Amino acid sequence: MLLEVQDLSVNYGVIQAVKGVSFNVNAGEIVTLIGANGAGKSTILHTISGLIRPKSGKIMYDGTEIQKEKSQKIVASGISQVPEGRHIFPGLTVLENLQMGAYLRKDREQTKKDYQTVFERFPVLAERKNQDAATLSGGEQQMLAMGRALMAAPKLILLDEPSMGLAPIFINEIFDIIQAIQKNGTTVLLIEQNAAKALAIADRGYVLSVGKIVLSGTGKALLANKDVQKAYLGG
Amino acid sequence: MKRNLKYNLVWLLIAVVGWILINVLEGVGIIDQFAETTLVLIGINIILASGLNLIIGFSGQFSLGHAGFMALGAYAAALVTQAMPTELGLALGIIIGMILAGVVALIIGIPTLRLKGDYLAIATMGAAEIIRIILINLKITNGPAGLYGLPQLASWSTVYVLVVVTTVLTVNFIHSRNGRAVMSVREDEIAAESMGINTTKFKVAAFVFGGMTAAIGGALHATYIQTIAPNDFGIMESISILIIVVMGGIGSMTGTFAAAILLGVLDMVLQSFGALRMVLYSLALILIMVFRPKGLFGTWEFSVKRLFNRKKRAKEEV
Ligand SMILES: Nc1ncnc2c1ncn2[C@@H]1O[C@H](COP(=O)(O)OP(=O)(O)OP(=O)(O)O)[C@@H](O)[C@H]1O
Ligand SMILES: [Mg+2]
Repeated sequence: MLLEVQDLSVNYGVIQAVKGVSFNVNAGEIVTLIGANGAGKSTILHTISGLIRPKSGKIMYDGTEIQKEKSQKIVASGISQVPEGRHIFPGLTVLENLQMGAYLRKDREQTKKDYQTVFERFPVLAERKNQDAATLSGGEQQMLAMGRALMAAPKLILLDEPSMGLAPIFINEIFDIIQAIQKNGTTVLLIEQNAAKALAIADRGYVLSVGKIVLSGTGKALLANKDVQKAYLGG
Repeated sequence: MKRNLKYNLVWLLIAVVGWILINVLEGVGIIDQFAETTLVLIGINIILASGLNLIIGFSGQFSLGHAGFMALGAYAAALVTQAMPTELGLALGIIIGMILAGVVALIIGIPTLRLKGDYLAIATMGAAEIIRIILINLKITNGPAGLYGLPQLASWSTVYVLVVVTTVLTVNFIHSRNGRAVMSVREDEIAAESMGINTTKFKVAAFVFGGMTAAIGGALHATYIQTIAPNDFGIMESISILIIVVMGGIGSMTGTFAAAILLGVLDMVLQSFGALRMVLYSLALILIMVFRPKGLFGTWEFSVKRLFNRKKRAKEEV
C-alpha cells in the first residue's frame, strides 16, 4: 500500500471538516474521492500534503507516518499536489512555474529530461514557455499546474478537481492526461465533482459525505450503484 | 551560471564606464561639490530603496520601518569611526551595522512573518520607533542631539562601489533559484508551500537581506554627511524610501534606480525655490502617480540578456 489514511479527523476551529476517514491507495492505482461541496475533500488533500495538521488519525505513506511531517519533507518524499483552483504563480513565466515544481530536486540530469517529457505531454506549455503564466487560459493553467506537479517527479500525485470550470473538450483532454500519468507509473489520488468521468477512469473510488466515507468500491461498481447515480450522476 | 557571468561582466563594464565618466565630469568641473552631494544622496537612496523593493516588491511583505535599519547602520558606523577614523574603521562600522540590522530583522521577522497578513508593517513601524527612542535615550549616542563632526570617510566613490555591489547581489539573488522561491511565495503562498518551499524562511531571508542593505545606506549617510540624529530616522524617512519604490514601480529594480535619480535631481533643482520646494515636490509626485499609477516602470526590467538575445535573433533572421 502506498498511502493509507487511518481514522483521520480534521477540524477548523470548532468546525469538524473530516470525521474519522479511512481509505487507502495502492501503488499504480487511480483512486478517486467524490463528494458534494464542503464534504471535506480538499481538507483531506491538504492534510496529506502537510499544509494542515489533523486532530487525530494517521497517514501512512510508503510505510511511514507522515501526518506530523512538514510539507517540504512530504514533497521531497514523493507526494505532489495540484491544488484546487490551480494556484499557478501569476507573476512568473510558464518555465519558472515548472522550475518551482522541481524546486526540491537534486537530480539535474533527470530533471532536464522531465522538462522535455512535460513539454511533450503539454505542447501548449512549450509554446508559451516564456510567457507570464497569468496570460494562459483556464485550461492551459490547469495543464501548467499539472505539469508543475509532475516536475517534482512524484510517486503519488494528488489532483484536486482538475476539471473544474473547463469546457468539455478540455475536460476530456485532462482525463486522458490523468490516465497517461498513471500509465507512466505515477499513482493518482483524484478528487472530482465530475463523478461520472472520475469513476470511469478510476480503479477504485470512495464517496465522501459531510466529512465521512459513506460508500466505497471499484470505479465500475460505484458507477452502477443506484445511490451514487442518484446523488452524483444526476439520475 | 556561466551565462550569468557574462551578463554580470557587462554590467560591471557599464559600472566602470559610469565611474570614469563621473570622474571626468568632476575633473572638468561640470560636477561641483553640490552636484556631487546630490549624486551621493541618490546612491544612498538607491541602496535603501532597492533593499525595500526586495522586501515589498519581490517577497510581497509590507515594511514601514526601513529607516530603523538605516539608523542601526548609521550609528554603528558613526561610533566605530569616531573611535577609529580610518577606512578600516568605516568597513568595520558597516559590517557591525549590517550584523546588528540582520539580528534585529530576524527578531522582528521570525514571529511576524509566520503569520499570514500584513503584521510586518505594524511590527516594523513599531520597531523603528523603538530604535529611535533608544537612540534618543542612550548616552553613547548623545541623545536627541545626535552625533556630529564625524570623520568624512565615505567618498562618492565608496558610495558608487557599494551601490554596484548591493545591486549586483540583489539582482543575482532575484534571478536565482531562491529568488524565484521568494517570488512564488509572493504570488501564492499555499501553492509555494505545496511545492515544498519553506515560505517563512524565504520571507524572513528577503526581509533580513533588505534590512542589512539598509544598514549599508545608513552607514554611508553617517560617514558622508557627518551628522546624524535620531529624528533623521523617523517614519518620514521610511516613507520617503517607500515613495522611491512605489514611484519606480513595485517589483522593478530599474524603476527604483530611475525614481531615485529623478527624485534626487528634482530635489536638487527645487532647492532654489525655498518654501515652494515641498509643494512642487509633492505636486510632481502626484502627477507621476496620476499618469503612471503602477510607477514609472511597473514591473519592467532593463535586461542586458534580452538585449543580447534580440541582437542574436536579428542576426539569425538576416
Ligand atoms: N480554512 C477554513 N476555515 C474554516 N473552515 C473551513 C476552511 N476550509 C474549509 N472549511 C470548511 O471545511 C469543510 C470542508 O471543506 P473542503 O474545502 O475540504 O470541502 P471540499 O469537499 O473540498 O468542497 P469543494 O468541492 O467545494 O471544494 C467545509 O464545511 C468548509 O466550509
Ligand atoms: Mg475542495
